[in-house]
Amino acid sequence: MSTGTDNWGQVEAAAKFVLGEAVVALIEKCRREPHGESQLIAVLHKVQSQYGYLSETHLDAVAQLMQVPAATVSGVASFYHFFRLQPRGKFVINVCLGTACYVKGADRVAQKVIDELGITWGETSKDGVFTLEAARCLGTCGLAPVVMIGDEIHGDVTPDQVPALLGKYLKKAKQRS
Amino acid sequence: MGKKKQKISLKIDDVAIQVDAGTTIMDAAENLGIRIPRLCYHPDLSLAGSCRVCIVDVKGMGYYLAACSSQVWEGMEVQTNSPEIRQARRDIVELLCDNHNMDCQTCERDGHCELQNLAYSMGVRARHFAGKRKRLPLEMSSHSVVRDSEKCVLCGRCVRVCAEIQGVHNLSQHGRGFTTVVGPAHMANMDDSVCIQCGQCINVCPTAAFLEKRGSSAVWEAIANPEMHVVVQTAPSIRAAIGEGFGLPPGTPATGQMVTALRRLGFDRVFDTDFGADLTIIEEAHEFLTRLKEGPLPMITSCSPGWVSFMEKFYPELIPHASTCRSPMSMLSVLSKTYYAEKMGIDPKKIFMVAVMPCVAKKFEARRPEHYMADGTPYTDTVLTTRELIWMIKCYGINFTALPPGEFDAPLGLASGAGDIFGITGGVMEATLRAASELVTGKPADRLDFTEVRDVRGLRETYVAIGDRSIHVGVANGLTNAKLLLDRIKGGEEFHVIEVMACPGGCCGGGGQPYPPEGVKVLDVDWLFRRGKALYTIDSGKTLRKSYENPAIEEVYSSYLGGPGTEKAHELLHTHYQARQPRGVR
Repeated sequence: MSTGTDNWGQVEAAAKFVLGEAVVALIEKCRREPHGESQLIAVLHKVQSQYGYLSETHLDAVAQLMQVPAATVSGVASFYHFFRLQPRGKFVINVCLGTACYVKGADRVAQKVIDELGITWGETSKDGVFTLEAARCLGTCGLAPVVMIGDEIHGDVTPDQVPALLGKYLKKAKQRS
Repeated sequence: MGKKKQKISLKIDDVAIQVDAGTTIMDAAENLGIRIPRLCYHPDLSLAGSCRVCIVDVKGMGYYLAACSSQVWEGMEVQTNSPEIRQARRDIVELLCDNHNMDCQTCERDGHCELQNLAYSMGVRARHFAGKRKRLPLEMSSHSVVRDSEKCVLCGRCVRVCAEIQGVHNLSQHGRGFTTVVGPAHMANMDDSVCIQCGQCINVCPTAAFLEKRGSSAVWEAIANPEMHVVVQTAPSIRAAIGEGFGLPPGTPATGQMVTALRRLGFDRVFDTDFGADLTIIEEAHEFLTRLKEGPLPMITSCSPGWVSFMEKFYPELIPHASTCRSPMSMLSVLSKTYYAEKMGIDPKKIFMVAVMPCVAKKFEARRPEHYMADGTPYTDTVLTTRELIWMIKCYGINFTALPPGEFDAPLGLASGAGDIFGITGGVMEATLRAASELVTGKPADRLDFTEVRDVRGLRETYVAIGDRSIHVGVANGLTNAKLLLDRIKGGEEFHVIEVMACPGGCCGGGGQPYPPEGVKVLDVDWLFRRGKALYTIDSGKTLRKSYENPAIEEVYSSYLGGPGTEKAHELLHTHYQARQPRGVR
């Protein structure tokens, strides 16, 4: 029924462009199977592994190609802790809140990071450099309190050291870009 | 299947009872006259079991079961009432209240609130658990529906009605635990979502987490302004439901009192949307005749703005099938600011057009750019829901039931019975058939009642003989039902006319209609049908029952429009639609 009012072709093409070949292939495989829509979480995992996080554009595209309502897709994505709805920063800061680190003042270190960056747990700084995450023991209790930035471990961190530490990585991020 | 249902014996409050296997504890108790309190449960929606208000004590279980979602088993012993269970229920409701905006006195639903009623009947008389309360902003982006998440109790009825009855799936619970919020995808504004503004979320919400956007302030202001000529029109289904707001039984026609009440409120003219409906019928019948020759068929009615939005977001490929006729409301508004304004010598800018509608989507329709004059004057200034009008009448201190009956004003207040039945599912179809059969055959119709399309239930189809042609007609209300018909059309099945009304029961079950009293379920089919019956009674009691025999309509055509389907009629009485984003998933 070609009538000039149907925008499906446009919607579908935009969705495929946003998700890229690999994700589209997975969705098409799911759709060939019975109850393909029940593979929603698997598809979201794939999108996140490919793009680092789930943007609204990604979620809308998944909704259209899987023909699962967008509200359901975003409801699922926002429910599970594993799914990230914001892009990850260049450096992920993992503040250990395990018992040893906590006893040695990790909460004050964490608060300093939060104050410095103006973000809270799970969020990414506006400049896209840092994402703040909480860790439950990094296995280096001897160095407590421990902060992991990127893949580097920093031990015996005090709140006072936080600004300089962040500054170092900020500089690195600038050099990289 | 086909096997006789197994019977289950159990005891509820020490009384032995036998019920069919698969019965829930709640339904079994109902058989004994025990009404277990409930909140998230709605018989027409899927089970959620989330509120835990309906918990009962089942012997040997060690924890309480939700009666709505637990099926009976052989030998089960249920206690629905004990000091412990009452205490537990009271605590549950009290905890709901503690995380709720308790500004009852300033809330629109004060006195009609299920949470209030529940708290009262559970015996919540003091507050023991003051703790953290969610703070969330009021979401006012939509012209029709306001979302107030602070009043949400997360029962999920809106999520389910939107998905299961309307097939829109606009709402979902987002996040988890204490921070869970109900909203559209990505917690976007309602205005940026696939919401079709039908307002069924408002109807099923036990509190005021969803409400219509208020229109009464602008109306009070216009009435108080001596410069303005304030005109009101009332939709067919208002007269069938407004009485409920003043204690009259459902289905009591209250046309006369309604008209008098509107005059007392200070409206300068009281017109009848039924007149617009008569006009719609004639334009639509002519359009249908053209389509019979030239296509595309089927023609789908376009009076229901919720349905129109649904089409634009979910089935844009069917737009060429939608009748181009403006809705009765918009036709009457257009004529008020053109024909009537010229006739009376009033500047259209000085006319303030108020439309009382059973519908919140009409608030959106009125703001569509197609329904503005070239100079930016809106044809319809403000839309009020039935609920809002009831409140205004109460606010004004009018004793509604004691009012003497009044009559609509000329020239846009005279309407045929065909206009009245527009307010119930199947009514637009019946009115169209009345007109089309005579237009096709050129002879008076052998009947006026097409009872085969009279049913409040969701989906009907039939063949009607018009002249030597057999016309395949379909009627749907509730958009999940409409989807079934639309998919058949897309599959190539031949239909000639389809009537779609977005709301269950049609306008009688609109998103702006009075809340049912305590104990009556929302969207109760019998309740809606009683409202519909009032319209059929009004119709059959009129001598004028065919739209094209309406002398006021003849006058408009002969002195102003030049006849049905003319260029002027097209310019003033027809409209157009467009595919919209975000596109819904069907």
